[in-house]
Amino acid sequence: MLNIKTKNRLLILVAIAVLVITITVLIFKTLEDNVLYFYSPSEIEKSNEIVLNDNMRIGGMVKKGSIETNQNEIRFIITDFKSEIIVSYRGTVPALFAEGKGVVAEGKLQDKKFFLAKRILAKHDENYMPPEIKESLKDNVK
Amino acid sequence: MIKFLNPSYIFYLTGKILNFIKIFIIPIIIIGIIFSLFVAPKDYIQGDAARIMYVHVPSAWISLFCFALISFLSIVNFIFKIKSLSLIYKSLAPIGLAFNFIAIITGSLWGQPTWGTWWAWDARLTSMLILMFFYIIFIFSYKFIKNTEKSSKICTTVSILGLINIVVIKYSVNWWSTLHQTSSINISGKTTVHFSMLIPLGIMLFTFLMYSALIFLMKYRIETIRVKKKGLKKL
Repeated sequence: MLNIKTKNRLLILVAIAVLVITITVLIFKTLEDNVLYFYSPSEIEKSNEIVLNDNMRIGGMVKKGSIETNQNEIRFIITDFKSEIIVSYRGTVPALFAEGKGVVAEGKLQDKKFFLAKRILAKHDENYMPPEIKESLKDNVK
Repeated sequence: MIKFLNPSYIFYLTGKILNFIKIFIIPIIIIGIIFSLFVAPKDYIQGDAARIMYVHVPSAWISLFCFALISFLSIVNFIFKIKSLSLIYKSLAPIGLAFNFIAIITGSLWGQPTWGTWWAWDARLTSMLILMFFYIIFIFSYKFIKNTEKSSKICTTVSILGLINIVVIKYSVNWWSTLHQTSSINISGKTTVHFSMLIPLGIMLFTFLMYSALIFLMKYRIETIRVKKKGLKKL
């Protein structure tokens, strides 16, 4: 059906594809943690390799009712609903930073429960809806 | 069937389609803009900033789809030596690159007011940037390598590597923790964009596809003329 040349080219391509996919998988396996943009609080709790006072990012949800503002310092708790980390930050926060919303903090870990942030990024979720719908959803929950 | 495969008939037909699109493209763009700027509601958290979605999301989709398409064409061209396919992928690649660039720029403009940063080296954004490099290498390898045999080989290799990257882009937000949120629109599964926002998104996607078709047909016809000018009877 296929002539020999076409068959050979097909075989070469399949060989290249298999090779490349294997290499890619191996690369990602080696990189593993480096591909992560941030660690979750429970990953930090479990891990023994995390170095204190090293620049890193942690992310999760801002715990409801945990934001405290005094003078020019903001303190809040990042949670992934398994473990929690207290974050301290001086500076302005993005507009989307709010309780119960996603957040990524850049800075240094003082100890496993306390994080000194240099920068706060808001992480938003995949939900998009008009404000009226959100209101009616809230009413339903009540 | 023979009639449809005749290059001069294809040239005539693409001309007809092109004229048809030319008439409709301006009204479609206007409708798209009206829907995305005025008809669509504000988002409950992001407010008007969420409107960038109507440009960002279709551009990103088209850039991914376009790369998948040119990869497929270049692989088939390599295996079966159907030279006319190279005209098609040569006409498609710049469109994909343009939309890839638009997706990155609009994403950056969207990131600043919402996340608080223009750029983050997370898996989704980085893999999207890598896709842009793949596009550039792909275009360079048919633009600057005159030997068609050689350029077809390089294009195909770039295609295979790029296709893996496409899969990585798609699942990057599920496999690793990223600043970019997970996908809102899923073919199998829950779509988390409200219906009133899906309509403008659909219209904008259609608008961008029409625009892509317009540019593609123009480029394709130019490539055909170029081949004819070289005095080649067959492609």
